[in-house]
Amino acid sequence: MGKIITENLNNDGVDRRGFLKCMAWAGTGTLCLIQGGILKSFALSEVANMDQSKMKGDLSFVQISDSHIGFDKAANPDVTATLREAIAKINGLNQPPAFVLHTGDLSHLSKESEFDTLDQTLKSIHTEKIFYVPGEHDVLNDNGEQYRERYGKGSLGDGWYSFDQKGVHFIGLVNVMNLKAGGLGSLGKEQLEWLEHDVKSLKSSSPIVVFAHIPLWSIYPEWGWGTDDSAQALSYLKRFGTVSVLNGHIHQVMQKVEGNVTFHTAMSTAFPQPQPGTAPSPGPMKVPTDKLRGLLGLTNVNFVRGKHTLAVVDSTLQE
Amino acid sequence: MRKISKLMVAAAMLGVFGWTSASNARFVASAATAQGATKSQEVVVKIDNFSFMPHDIMVAAGTTVIWVNNDDIPHTVVSTSDVFKSKALDTDDKFSFKFDKPGTYEYFCSIHPKMTAKVIVQ
Ligand SMILES: [Cu+2]
Repeated sequence: MGKIITENLNNDGVDRRGFLKCMAWAGTGTLCLIQGGILKSFALSEVANMDQSKMKGDLSFVQISDSHIGFDKAANPDVTATLREAIAKINGLNQPPAFVLHTGDLSHLSKESEFDTLDQTLKSIHTEKIFYVPGEHDVLNDNGEQYRERYGKGSLGDGWYSFDQKGVHFIGLVNVMNLKAGGLGSLGKEQLEWLEHDVKSLKSSSPIVVFAHIPLWSIYPEWGWGTDDSAQALSYLKRFGTVSVLNGHIHQVMQKVEGNVTFHTAMSTAFPQPQPGTAPSPGPMKVPTDKLRGLLGLTNVNFVRGKHTLAVVDSTLQE
Repeated sequence: MRKISKLMVAAAMLGVFGWTSASNARFVASAATAQGATKSQEVVVKIDNFSFMPHDIMVAAGTTVIWVNNDDIPHTVVSTSDVFKSKALDTDDKFSFKFDKPGTYEYFCSIHPKMTAKVIVQ
């Protein structure tokens, strides 16, 4: 499962010595458990036989992503139905999530009716609160005005913010605005300055969770799967012992651990996208109907304080 | 009430700028009837698999370029020097722009900025 990458192909300023990559392209779900900086991954079928009490965290939350409400093409003509199935999975968890993170592309075309449908559907999640960051599909035509009005209350700039939960510092970033020709995702100067200031007073022992739509690590720049100024953002987080970066956008699970930082991307609840470079474009991937639900899903994150243990479990809608 | 006024504004904008496929059909039709003996013409650029096809085009001044989105994902057509800018084009939506002045017009998709191309007007 683990794969050692010895070359640094991406000039993003991140040290790639000891680069460990844990990938689960598709299928039955993988659990990645980080203990003392060592990543262990298990198939979900193995997890069923493990001691459940050791798996429980001090803080448990769920990430969903890329619901693309409004999309109705062949890759999935009913994205609201699959979102509902993801919600049923959340509501069936042993430990109910303290909150849910939606990492963007709530809608397909930023339409009022799409956001309405999303809000109606998400009402049935059994959780205290849902936190959002926008995807590029949520800020079409109006520079994200409607998004901020609906989901960005109390946020700064284009919709970034931070909050604390049980000693963990959460940071929601926006990297889908003001994109430059030829470039990738972008955080921008103003947001980077805010981030530097936001973490300044935190103890280095505070666990940090960063979430944003487009991956904050270079996955496949040819398809725009990366963020131009992510290295700058990560440089402000170097002194922290545990940093977890949660992204969406690529509609598949990818994970890597680099020093103190764990990067993870979630599945979509709407449609899968191809593995990097395996198709002419990153557009929606049409799979046989009986395979679709094995490629859609959600991410459950358990954090155990003191042990610096973060367990990330990806589960598909259908095994 | 708020919804209605928004719709009316949207409808008015479509009439003026020709942003959707319906209004583009009108735009194209009027261009065709107006051209008469002049040599104004239309060139189509397809948006396929996250790229503009053909990638770079060379046209005579007065040409109207029509972009058509064939992808299942929305794209935009945005000039890097603010000369033209489409709304998000859903599947099969069109955007057109008439190039009167010679020059090189670089453009990109503001949603997927890796998508870049140009129109060279002679
Ligand atoms: Cu695009």
